[in-house]
Amino acid sequence: MRTRLMVAALAAATLLLGACSSGTADGGGGDASMTDGAMDFPAGSTMAKLSDAGTITVGTKFDQPLFGLVGPDGVPEGFDVEIAKLIAGHLGISPDKIVWKETVSANREDFIERGEVDIVVATYTINDDRKQRISFAGPYYEAGQSLLTLKDNTDINGPDDLAGKSVCTVSGSTPEANLLANYPDTKVVPFGTYSECLEPLRNGQVDAVSTDNVILAGFAAENDDLEVRGEPFTAEPYGIGLAREDTDFRMWINDTLETMFADGSWTKAWEDTAGTVLPTPEPPTVDRYDLNS
Amino acid sequence: MGFIAENLSTYVDGFLVTLRLTAVSGLLALVWGTVIAAFRVSPLRPLRAFGTVWTETLRNTPLTLVFFGMVFVAPQFGIIPPLGFWTAVICLATYTSAFVAEAVRSGINGVNVGQAEAARAIGLTFGQTLGNVILPQAIRSVIPPLINVLIALTKNTSVAAGFAVVELVATGRRLGVGNAAAGAWVLVGVAIFYLVLTIPLGILAARIERRVAFAR
Repeated sequence: MRTRLMVAALAAATLLLGACSSGTADGGGGDASMTDGAMDFPAGSTMAKLSDAGTITVGTKFDQPLFGLVGPDGVPEGFDVEIAKLIAGHLGISPDKIVWKETVSANREDFIERGEVDIVVATYTINDDRKQRISFAGPYYEAGQSLLTLKDNTDINGPDDLAGKSVCTVSGSTPEANLLANYPDTKVVPFGTYSECLEPLRNGQVDAVSTDNVILAGFAAENDDLEVRGEPFTAEPYGIGLAREDTDFRMWINDTLETMFADGSWTKAWEDTAGTVLPTPEPPTVDRYDLNS
Repeated sequence: MGFIAENLSTYVDGFLVTLRLTAVSGLLALVWGTVIAAFRVSPLRPLRAFGTVWTETLRNTPLTLVFFGMVFVAPQFGIIPPLGFWTAVICLATYTSAFVAEAVRSGINGVNVGQAEAARAIGLTFGQTLGNVILPQAIRSVIPPLINVLIALTKNTSVAAGFAVVELVATGRRLGVGNAAAGAWVLVGVAIFYLVLTIPLGILAARIERRVAFAR
């Protein structure tokens, strides 16, 4: 009986939040109203814990233009950062109370498993292997692997032109695995971060850099001599990583994302960041997958 | 454990790259380090100065910085190295040569000064004194510390994983992508292959140390 009451309360709270946020969007009144409402989360839930603590630790990238890039003041900026701020806002946590922690491609699962971060919003591709160790809310965006070359390079217009070319990517990343599996004639040159690929590209030591289109778009936006080539050749749904067993928190983030899709805050976050370079896409459909499937 | 057995051939590929990195850069470092040690005890001041600057600079610089300098800074001065194995060899050999030089120099200093005086007294040149009298004695006593330098080099090759070389650690990362569920086992496999290299080296060092101790 008690659980049933709890579920009812949760549903009511979600409805209330949704109504509150959509009202905000219509009125165009900013984020403030989300942070001062009563936060009724089920006792013992991660949402209640974070909301009571008034702070959340978010793992994001620090070197990813348009998504997570640390400025001179030490605060990261970008679409991932905005998404994390919106989620924190729905927990009643203001942006300045968020603790940002740098996560790179190879250590994200470890950070989540060790509890060093509450959530990871870091251009984090949802895949089944990672679901064995952590879980994903979302997707909140569908990216795809693409290619970055020098503007004056005319040889490479898509993945089929890669035979015999050397392509820089990050050691231990999904794009690297994809290149190795599907383009065996390509010489894969792995570095520690994507930004380290740029100098070798300019020096002609590699012919292209390959990873998700949005990451490449960030580099192209900052460097006039670089260009994203061809259509994306994979589908990379970006999810929000969190502890594997915390299904309540995951479903709450999914609900929150849908609220953000509906009330325009997602679109605004996109247009303020990545949308300055890339067209605004339709919001994706969140995947409420079963943990044991 | 099953995971490591299933991916044995992938591990072995990475292991062979680590082995080649260690062997080639180790050999170069031994040769060049000995030359630098000779510089440091030579009668010519410019050579001594060069030897000192070389060892003190490289010995006190993080290896990652040496790689950064070679891979990202050198191209800005028009030196564009081919990415991958040979760039890593140059960085590792350069860095390790400083440690080899220090070990060899300590060995040279450990040889009784009377040996050098006697050699000079019978008319040997500096080169002959060093090559025929001092170094043969010095090298014997520095083999154990040199093996320690090689063990350190073996582990240091892992830095190359961040600079376009797919050795053991980078291989481990690749295996990690497709097999997140295997978790720590991926790295246990990497560690095992390092031990395959370093433990025999350690045993060898201990053996030689015992033998040298007897000879004295």
